[in-house]
Amino acid sequence: MSDLHTSPSGESHGSVSSYIIGFVLAVILTAAAFGVVMSHSLSPSGTLTAIAVLAFVQVLVHLHYFLHMGGGSEQRWNNMCFFFTVGFVVILVIGTLFVMNNTALHMMSR
Amino acid sequence: MLGRLSFSAIPLDVPILVGTFLGVAIVGLAVLGLITYLGKWGYLWREWLTSVDHKRLAVMYIVLALVALFRGFADAIMMRTQLALAYAGNPGYLPPHHYDQIFSAHGTIMIFFLAMAFMTGLFNFVVPLQIGARDVAFPFLNNLSFWMTAISFVLVNVSLFIGEFSQCGWLAYPPLSESQFSPGVGVDYYIWAVQLSGVGTLLTGVNFFVTIVKMRAPGMTWMRMPVFTWTAFCSSILIMVSFPVLTVALALLGLDRYFGMHFFTNDGGGNQMLYLSLIWAWGHPEVYILVIPAFGVFSEVVPAFSGKPLFGYATMVYATCSIMILSFLVWVHHFFTMGAGPDVNAFFGIATMVISIPTGVKLFNWLFTMYKGRIQFHACMYWAVGFMVTFTIGGMTGVMLAIPGADFVLHNSLFLIAHFHNVIIGGVYFGYICGMNFWFPKVTGFKLNEAWGIRAFWFWFVGFYFAFIPLYVLGFEGMTRRMNHYDNPEWHIWMLIAEVGAVLVLLGIVCQLTQLFVSIRDRNLPANRDLTGDPWNGRALEWSTSSPPPPYNFAIVPHVHGLDAFMHDKENGIDTRHAGGPYAPIHMPKNTAAGFFVGAFSFIFGFAAIWYIWWLAAIGLIGVIGTVIARSANKDIDYYIPAEEVARIENEHSRKLMAQAAE
Amino acid sequence: MAHDTTVQTAGHDEHHHESPVVFGFWVYLMTDCIIFGTLFAVFAVLRNQFNGGPSGHELFEFSGLGLETALLLVSSITYGFGMIAAHKNEISKVIMWLGVTFLLGLGFVGLEVNEFAHMIHEGAGPDRSAFLSAFFTLVSTHGLHVTCGLIWIVTLMVQLMGTTEIPERMMNKLTCLSLFWHFLDIVWICVFTYVYLASMI
Repeated sequence: MSDLHTSPSGESHGSVSSYIIGFVLAVILTAAAFGVVMSHSLSPSGTLTAIAVLAFVQVLVHLHYFLHMGGGSEQRWNNMCFFFTVGFVVILVIGTLFVMNNTALHMMSR
Repeated sequence: MLGRLSFSAIPLDVPILVGTFLGVAIVGLAVLGLITYLGKWGYLWREWLTSVDHKRLAVMYIVLALVALFRGFADAIMMRTQLALAYAGNPGYLPPHHYDQIFSAHGTIMIFFLAMAFMTGLFNFVVPLQIGARDVAFPFLNNLSFWMTAISFVLVNVSLFIGEFSQCGWLAYPPLSESQFSPGVGVDYYIWAVQLSGVGTLLTGVNFFVTIVKMRAPGMTWMRMPVFTWTAFCSSILIMVSFPVLTVALALLGLDRYFGMHFFTNDGGGNQMLYLSLIWAWGHPEVYILVIPAFGVFSEVVPAFSGKPLFGYATMVYATCSIMILSFLVWVHHFFTMGAGPDVNAFFGIATMVISIPTGVKLFNWLFTMYKGRIQFHACMYWAVGFMVTFTIGGMTGVMLAIPGADFVLHNSLFLIAHFHNVIIGGVYFGYICGMNFWFPKVTGFKLNEAWGIRAFWFWFVGFYFAFIPLYVLGFEGMTRRMNHYDNPEWHIWMLIAEVGAVLVLLGIVCQLTQLFVSIRDRNLPANRDLTGDPWNGRALEWSTSSPPPPYNFAIVPHVHGLDAFMHDKENGIDTRHAGGPYAPIHMPKNTAAGFFVGAFSFIFGFAAIWYIWWLAAIGLIGVIGTVIARSANKDIDYYIPAEEVARIENEHSRKLMAQAAE
Repeated sequence: MAHDTTVQTAGHDEHHHESPVVFGFWVYLMTDCIIFGTLFAVFAVLRNQFNGGPSGHELFEFSGLGLETALLLVSSITYGFGMIAAHKNEISKVIMWLGVTFLLGLGFVGLEVNEFAHMIHEGAGPDRSAFLSAFFTLVSTHGLHVTCGLIWIVTLMVQLMGTTEIPERMMNKLTCLSLFWHFLDIVWICVFTYVYLASMI
């Protein structure tokens, strides 16, 4: 993380090279996701898994190179908020799917 | 030109509403006339309506909450009277379409405009003082939040006289709330009022979260933070996490109604149960948003009037945090009967019951704080002990409802109504009124009259049991909620008892008003003045400054040396105030009218959207955006209080303290 | 920066009210993230409720989607260059990069509006089925955010014009907008993966 500079108020900003690295990675990952779907080279569930993994990695790339999230102590609260939010969204999405699918199954509404 | 709005939207045919309108108009004109007569418009505008001072905003929030209490209670006693009359062929005096609006408005107002506004008022007043800050992190947003809440409440009340309110209950379940079954403007009033007030609440949550994380006084580590601030912190997190879900749920309902979409409709592939899941993913955290700060109030009041530190501070903090986390995992217990399988219901039932463990921890902590304490039975303590008894009963009936099998019998019966009033009145309302009695001298510089406070407590306490224990019985006897009339003669006697309870509660409210009136009338009696700023021998930092606090709260930001910072300083002979200075100029935010104008334009936007007056809605929206942009370009947003002025105010307070000590 | 920033900020009397702005905006973005999370949950529940209407497989096209994604991705890096210029206090460059970002964002919104108009014209509007309601709502909520970002960019460009230095308050605004803009990119990654690509398998 030598290319990230940190200002006293906790946010940091990148350099030209870090933005370009992030951009190149993002382009590769996006192209790969499109390629996997367009080429039909994997099974449907395999494709879905592949694009989910690619999306996950790309989100990490964006967080690191564009939003400049890092492990520094001055960013502790930013990171804590972020992980708490992600945790809640996971509860909400998985919980909603669990409840709604289970209901649909028992009520035979699908 | 005027969309759906026409002269016939004014309900001239309903005598109750015409009477109410005349009453509101007369009282309103009298208030406006009085302000004009006293020449106070300029003062009101400069010092209050445009104020960014958290203490002023707190007072305005609580005044709003009390007005909402009167409106919400008027609805309540009308419902009780209707059900005391309407049995065995007697239709009562409220036709169903009017009755349905009343119970919908009652729930909406009590939760969003009484409880939320009261809670935000307490946060505003207490949190910055307890953490030794000079204001909240974003004073302008704080003012904006207030106006969003206030205009939403006005919007709900406008529905009384122009059009109608929702008839779909306080959560507007589809498909009833879809345009197919509710084509009128009622549900639209509901959606816009709750959405706009939700904006204000969300900003409040962000504001207090950032304030508590970033603006604590030096030395105030997390485990030295007063419990009320802890509860405000957890409550703010819950607001930030859950209110976006409410926003989405209501927005999707609105899209169904305005654009014919199919999220929750019967046809087109919509799914009504999805709405229930979303609205309760907000709704369950919401009740904890309300009750956790009430727990915080008791955690401040019980030690102060027991003359002891709080028993088990750390367990109190952990219990609060675990309640916060668990509250995300229980939302399905509100609709066990929707037809999900045993795995779903078992998971959410067990998660619900688990919540009673940290809650029990808290209750025992308060009891052990009182144990062997030097207890003063001040009015605050009456509310606190009344809470402990009442809330325990409410909690236990809650655990009963958490058993899915039992819930299938009791779902949507009056048992449920009794349960949640038991926890919301016994927990939230008792807590906030307790807090009002406790912090009133800090806000105004004089104490609330104690005798009338105790009278108010007894009427509320006894009235509560008369009003709601019969509802438990009726729930077991099979009476469902939201009934307009009934035929079973066995139910009637219980409804009469509940009506008596409602009248007793009315007397409780009258006592509270009398308490306010008497306290203000006698404010200059020496026994009622609070000259030291510390009338109860308090423990946290808010008692270290004068009552009412100066605009900057603390002339010199206090340094915190331990838990119960002010008590620690008093016991160790440390002058928390650093009286005598040296004082430095203090940087303060300037008052601004931007919040008021954003609120006013939002009101115009909401009203126009309800009535499909699209040109007016566009004006409102452009007004909101324009005001925000103008505010962002404004560079004249702060000023300095000179050091001499600070020294003058502080020396005056020091003189009062010394005169008091000499007596 | 080893010392505890919390205590330092609170004890620091100057700029008492300005320093938490960027953190506060980050926290606000987290609440926005929950709005999108909820919309994704809704989409996941309703994604197969076609009501006899068209499915995503029949409606979505790779070319338009690729172009939209490219525009947003490039706009992210141009905004980043703007921020670098801002930290060097090169105001004319900042305005230039903001202008480029604005045009890219405008192109994205234009393409999206065009795509929606096309779908509605073909009878696949948001009132056709629950799937389409969820699709239009999720994607246009993102589009609406981009539109707000565009208004914000113009506002900042106007406020920057004719100034010679970037004060702290302006820097905070630029940083907040930067967070907002990059955050929207992350949402778009999830949209093109779970809404578009997953329907096109």
